[in-house]
Amino acid sequence: MRRPLIGFGLAAVALFGVAPLVLGDFRLNLLAKYLCLAIVAVGIGLAWGRGGMLTLGQGVFFGLGGYAMAMHLKLADAGPGELPDFMQLYGQLDELPWWWRPFANPVFAMAATVLLPMLVALLLGLLIFRRRVRGAYFAILSQALCAAFAIFLIGQQGTTGGTNGLTDIRGFFGYDLNDPLNRRTVYFIIAASLLAVLALTWQLIRSRYGELLVAVRDGEERVRFLGYDPANVKLVAYVAAAGMAGLAGALFVPAVGIISPALIGVVPSIEFVIGVAVGGRASLVGPALGAVAVAWAKTALSERAPSAWTYFEGLLFILPIVFLPGGLASLARLRPSWRRRQARIPAEATP
Amino acid sequence: MSGLTIRGLTVTFDGFVAVGGVDLDIPDGDVRFIIGPNGAGKTTLIDAVTGLARAGGSVTFDGQELLGRKVHRIARMGVGRTFQTATVFEELTVLQNLDIAAGWARGPLTLLRTRRAVPPEVEKALETVRLTAVRDSPAGTLAHGQKQWLEIGMLLVQNARLFLLDEPVAGMSHEERDATGELLGLLSADHTIVVIEHDMDFLRRFARTVTVMHAGKVLSEGTVAQVQADPRVQEVYLGHAVGEAV
Repeated sequence: MRRPLIGFGLAAVALFGVAPLVLGDFRLNLLAKYLCLAIVAVGIGLAWGRGGMLTLGQGVFFGLGGYAMAMHLKLADAGPGELPDFMQLYGQLDELPWWWRPFANPVFAMAATVLLPMLVALLLGLLIFRRRVRGAYFAILSQALCAAFAIFLIGQQGTTGGTNGLTDIRGFFGYDLNDPLNRRTVYFIIAASLLAVLALTWQLIRSRYGELLVAVRDGEERVRFLGYDPANVKLVAYVAAAGMAGLAGALFVPAVGIISPALIGVVPSIEFVIGVAVGGRASLVGPALGAVAVAWAKTALSERAPSAWTYFEGLLFILPIVFLPGGLASLARLRPSWRRRQARIPAEATP
Repeated sequence: MSGLTIRGLTVTFDGFVAVGGVDLDIPDGDVRFIIGPNGAGKTTLIDAVTGLARAGGSVTFDGQELLGRKVHRIARMGVGRTFQTATVFEELTVLQNLDIAAGWARGPLTLLRTRRAVPPEVEKALETVRLTAVRDSPAGTLAHGQKQWLEIGMLLVQNARLFLLDEPVAGMSHEERDATGELLGLLSADHTIVVIEHDMDFLRRFARTVTVMHAGKVLSEGTVAQVQADPRVQEVYLGHAVGEAV
């Protein structure tokens, strides 16, 4: 009971105290971006690590959240009654499309960043889990959806910005994002969101629902005979993970200033999962730490040897799954038992 | 009509008739053993009753039709089963296994909260199946016999009134078999129990009534003595040379 609280305290000190002091504006902004990926990872850890659903398409929900936020910010940047810059540029539209209009309202847009992905996940999940699609089929299906979503966005150049996405976002609810102080505030909002998501997931994992979710993961057919419908149990974790991905997408936009199909397609979706696999999918903080570590490694390696990263990324996915299924988080658990064994050997040697 | 009533039950897999027209009446409080050579359709019968296998005919429990309902709906009506290979949630503790089994009726708010105390029915089941001492161990670390008992404990807290046990003593030691038999006797006071078993010694000691199945049909029915004296049963068993050997 006390250990998680200490962990939270340490994480809060690291995120709110140490990082802003040690890192410059550029690096802190990078960290803000990594923390967004960590929020996605916490959700994947819940759905995949605890629920056994390998979600290879979290980009869909990340994208929904990201686009919902970016649409509002573009409208706010353009000012009341004006079209966003890219719409004027392509010149196909005389007025705002009907489905853009509600996003002018900040409250609607903020709610939509989380609720829209959750609603989509709910509908998808009802279809998928009721039909007992699972395992590799579920993974392939979720990835295909992700590819379809990205292709759809690319096709709608006039209303979504197409391949370019929604770029050049300058303000965040009235604050100028070029101001380093405001960027710092964005970082703090993201860090606080990550802690909140971790706390929520912690409660989910240790609740009775969390135990039931593990039971469904390990014996989906068995829980039916106990009177549960596993589809509903999985649905809750899937929808929660989608909400987290949506929130992360929304926060990603002010941190990076852009959302585009390339950031939410198949490749980024797989990268989300790699971080989770490296960190340890079944643990609480493993996915978050793994996501930050992989994203940081990507930046560091790409700065030096851009072409090497792809190979390294492939290795990062394969190695933990083959040799360390519990991820880096399982190392922390291994060490005490290894120490105990070390301590026992001399005692056994002298009878 | 209370108890389990089966009429004209048929199960076919791609044209192969696994169960071909079985009629069976198991009154409340019975301890019924179902025996028969391999492939007689015993497990398929249980699969059909619990909704796992599609079947024709009629199965009623306490007057309510079971066929056509989903597995979890049938479970909620008080029909519980175990499996030939004990299937418990290995990574969860004994307590967590039982707590989950006790919980299908819980509302969302209870589910999202942490378990603060051991529910009384779980406490009682732990004692009944003698697992109180290993309550906090992962179920995967239990001995084979203990896993079967845990499954029986899960049926208890699930509020099942009909227990369908598929070879509960297979692979158990003599002591474990005796303990299981005593447990069944204890449970039969307020549960209806159906046991699929190959162990004839176990059957002689603990069965109240016996149904012999052969090639998807009921061959003989009655008390242990009646069934043993039935020449058709002897023929089937001698012909296949199973039964005593297993």
